[in-house]
Amino acid sequence: MNWIPVCPLPDLLPERGACALIGDEQVAVFRAHDGSLYAIGNQDPFSGAYILSRGIVGTRNGEPTVASPMHKQVFSLTSGVCLDEPGTVIPTFPIRVTMGMVEVSVK
Amino acid sequence: MTRVLIVGNGPSAHRLAETLTTRGFAGSVTILGEEPRGAYDRVALTSYLTEDRDLAYPEIPGVAVLVDTRVVSIEPAAKTVNGTIPYDVLVLATGSAPFVPPVPGRELDGCHVYRTIDDLDAIRASAKTATAGVVVGGGLLGLEAADALRGLGLKTHIVEMSPWLMPRQVDEGGGAVLKKHVESLGLTVHTSSGVTRIEGDDRVTGLLTPDRGVIDAQIVVFSAGIRPRDELARGAGLQVGERGGIVVDDGMRTSDPSIFAIGECALHDGQIYGLVAPCMTMAEVAADRIMGGAAAFTGADLSTKLKLLGVEVAQFGAMAGALDVTYLDPVAGVYKKLFVSDDASTLLGGICVGDAAPYATLRSFVGSELPAAPSDLLFSPTAVELPGDAPVCSCNNVTKNDVTAAIKEHDLTDVAGVKACTRAGTTCGSCLPLLKKILTESGVDTGSGLCEHFAHSRAELFTIVQVRGITTFTQLIDEHGTGRGCDICKPVVASILASLHNGHVLEGEQAALQDTNDHFLANLQKNGTYSIVPRIPGGEITPEKLIVIGEVARDFGLYTKITGGQRIDLFGARVEELPRIWRRLVDAGFESGHAYGKALRTVKSCVGSTWCRYGVQDSVTLAIDLELRYRGLRSPHKLKSGVSGCARECAEARSKDFGVIATEKGWNLYVGGNGGFTPRHADLLVQDVDTATLIRTIDRFLMFYIRTADRLQRTAAWLENLEGGLDRLREIVMDDALGICADLDAQMAAHIATYADEWRATLDDPVKLRRFVSFVNAPGTPDPSITFTTERDQIKPEILQVTSR
Ligand code: SRM
Ligand SMILES: Cc1cc2nc3c(=O)[nH]c(=O)nc-3n(C[C@H](O)[C@H](O)[C@H](O)COP(=O)(O)OP(=O)(O)OC[C@H]3O[C@@H](n4cnc5c(N)ncnc54)[C@H](O)[C@@H]3O)c2cc1C
Ligand code: SF4
Ligand code: FES
Repeated sequence: MNWIPVCPLPDLLPERGACALIGDEQVAVFRAHDGSLYAIGNQDPFSGAYILSRGIVGTRNGEPTVASPMHKQVFSLTSGVCLDEPGTVIPTFPIRVTMGMVEVSVK
Repeated sequence: MTRVLIVGNGPSAHRLAETLTTRGFAGSVTILGEEPRGAYDRVALTSYLTEDRDLAYPEIPGVAVLVDTRVVSIEPAAKTVNGTIPYDVLVLATGSAPFVPPVPGRELDGCHVYRTIDDLDAIRASAKTATAGVVVGGGLLGLEAADALRGLGLKTHIVEMSPWLMPRQVDEGGGAVLKKHVESLGLTVHTSSGVTRIEGDDRVTGLLTPDRGVIDAQIVVFSAGIRPRDELARGAGLQVGERGGIVVDDGMRTSDPSIFAIGECALHDGQIYGLVAPCMTMAEVAADRIMGGAAAFTGADLSTKLKLLGVEVAQFGAMAGALDVTYLDPVAGVYKKLFVSDDASTLLGGICVGDAAPYATLRSFVGSELPAAPSDLLFSPTAVELPGDAPVCSCNNVTKNDVTAAIKEHDLTDVAGVKACTRAGTTCGSCLPLLKKILTESGVDTGSGLCEHFAHSRAELFTIVQVRGITTFTQLIDEHGTGRGCDICKPVVASILASLHNGHVLEGEQAALQDTNDHFLANLQKNGTYSIVPRIPGGEITPEKLIVIGEVARDFGLYTKITGGQRIDLFGARVEELPRIWRRLVDAGFESGHAYGKALRTVKSCVGSTWCRYGVQDSVTLAIDLELRYRGLRSPHKLKSGVSGCARECAEARSKDFGVIATEKGWNLYVGGNGGFTPRHADLLVQDVDTATLIRTIDRFLMFYIRTADRLQRTAAWLENLEGGLDRLREIVMDDALGICADLDAQMAAHIATYADEWRATLDDPVKLRRFVSFVNAPGTPDPSITFTTERDQIKPEILQVTSR
């Protein structure tokens, strides 16, 4: 797997996402309140805009989520499934911390 | 044992075989299909090209399917097909074929139709050596084909014989709006145009039109209508319609009692159905009859709602009527029309382009009495209560009563549950908003709890935060809630914390609570850029400041517009540009206008007694004083105000949350006004008061509202729900009936004393500024997905491609 460094972990504020540009891919990265990390595609499939990193992070029935800032559809951070319209799934990417650096892998 | 033989392996054949099997049919089922593959979802055909989707239907256990097997003859007397294969019951599900008009050159290399996976493979292969394509036919399927050509990177033209696109679904006005949408995607539309000839020797080089010369293209796709495939039936002497189609009765039986016909090849009551939902119903009826039942097909609703090329188009009921009501917004590209009977009492049908919101509700009312004034129905259709027998989901034949019964019986709490129990909403999805509405009507989710994380109402949370002195979301949710919050409760708590403590909304943990717009202290636009609205108190502005706004807009290339709130909005700024833009504005003396916040917006004013020959008080000075007093005040919803210099009311104060109108003796204060979704004129709270009393009363009114209102409840709705109404409000804020006025006054005094401009504070704080980037790992890089075109000399966002759903 090819890990790409994104930012130092402290730059990722709890429950406030950030977006990384990796090649052509826009990856939204999140750090949950409990410290776990998630990476999903930044494009909102409903509006087409690249904005999911700017959504409100929270939980639904215990599952970590982000709500699209455009029209508020809620996505699971673990599976990328849209919990309001389960037919819609956005990509998820592996994410980890190495030596204090957040890293993601896109293919 | 009965042997059922099905000819054709499309969606209708598949549904028939599936229904027979799941209902335990005892005989054998065999399908003969000429395509080289098993049945697949033709409705989703385009996604095979654009997303490489696998469209194959699941195999049905126990059903024998022969692919690559074309049936060429039926021998009804011997009960065989192709001379050898025997049947007891034969079902024709041969569908239809695209109609190719007899124009010269139509057999050239590069000419295609759009019906099967093979057709699409052929188009893809041709496209490799092509740069431009023409679709002949601008109906539903033609537009889909055009979208596919565009997706293959071709410059795409559409040639349509009628004067407008999709003539079967929309009328002329809707067609014009649709055309604008389609053209904005870069497609070229030629309406009222025919085809004289396809040019080329072996391969297509162009298409000659009668009056527009030659359109250069290497691909031509014909999508000029469909013809039922009734050739087998004709050969076998079955009765067929004058213009094609195999004649069937209500049980889907043809003129030979052993032979049925279903789907797009069947002609029922003089009608061919070119949509998949009726085909499915026919398949189910035929299955029932084959098994000895008495099900009947009695026609079908041809209403359609679809999203083509990113545009919503919907049509239901009749496409004409004695009277019609039309709403047209050519700028937004929205067209909505309702047809009603001549006494304006019965809904006959309707057309929507660009916004299909009314479709789901109104479709159920076709043929019945209008539940509200037609113009209201066009705008707020969901406010209407549906009758119990109204069909809610026409794809799956589910009524409102079915849904309510299922909710009760299974204690359903969400749309997903309703879908699972009733099948409603599982096909085209256009009824989903209705399902939501019925859930609420059925009393689901009636608790005053905010969301799954808090069982308290907003007012209760406000009291908890105030009394317990809570200052963080984490403390509040740990001690009074569950989980980690969501997009509903987090902004509410952010607003309460801001109303009570007035710290910076992006400070510490609060930053993660803020709604979309507060997140970057600007309003999110459809393409991910932001708009900027500096405060212009009372609408008064010096020429110098106007020039600064102009310069900033010019230097950053922003779209500039005067708002309805007497100020100026600058659109199209990227996240990373916001601090640089605000640096210039703040240096010139501007402040945040909170256009993004649930907070005070504007206090509009008229010119008042200073200039106006009718004015009796100085409305501008009062408006500016009020705007500066309440700026930055966070509230359950936005707050708007206006001050007029006399009863002529040029500032429209009575449509505001709090409005002031000058009198000879002082000021009249009106509260609870609203424009917006449900307009309401404000009510007179106090009359002829002096400025000090006026301001004290507004202070208390606002603070009392902030303390007690629900989430996203404007003052108008709040006042209407307030027990005791306007009189009680007057007792509370004028006579201190609750003994809380000192508290309210102190709270407002604290707000005013601690106000600081959010943007200036942000610019002074490098930590906050660091978040204003598109990419954490490339802070200077702009988001490449954001692009603009120009319109009337200003920028305009380019429409974003919506991805696979
Ligand atoms: C810019 C402006 C339109 C314009 O070009 O003139 C506008 C634009 C928006 N309005 Fe408005 N409204 C604007 C004046 C109005 C007015 C007229 C007025 O204020 O005199 C009204 C009716 C009066 C009223 O509010 O009662 C108005 C009623 C609404 C509503 C409906 C509120 C309601 O109670 O039903 C919304 C939706 C909401 O807030 O939930 C809304 C929401 C919006 C939003 C915030 C939608 C959104 O979330 O993106 C738009 C954001 C614009 C942006 O990105 O900057 N806007 N909006 C006006 C800005 C005024 C300003 O300077 O701040
Ligand atoms: C691109 C596209 C998009 C569409 N979008 C929508 C939509 O959004 N909504 C909607 O409601 N409808 C839509 N439709 C229409 C929908 O696909 C049809 O209503 C549906 O496919 C009809 O099913 P059917 O089984 O009756 O016929 P068909 O799907 O045409 O299947 C008939 C099958 O029989 C085979 N066949 C014919 N004759 C013989 C023979 N003699 N021997 C052997 N096999 C034979 C054919 O090759 C074909 O495979 C769309 C159609 C297309 C082409
Ligand atoms: S409201 Fe009265 S004072 Fe104000 S501009 Fe209109 S007429 Fe003049
Ligand atoms: S109307 Fe199509 S799924 Fe309900």
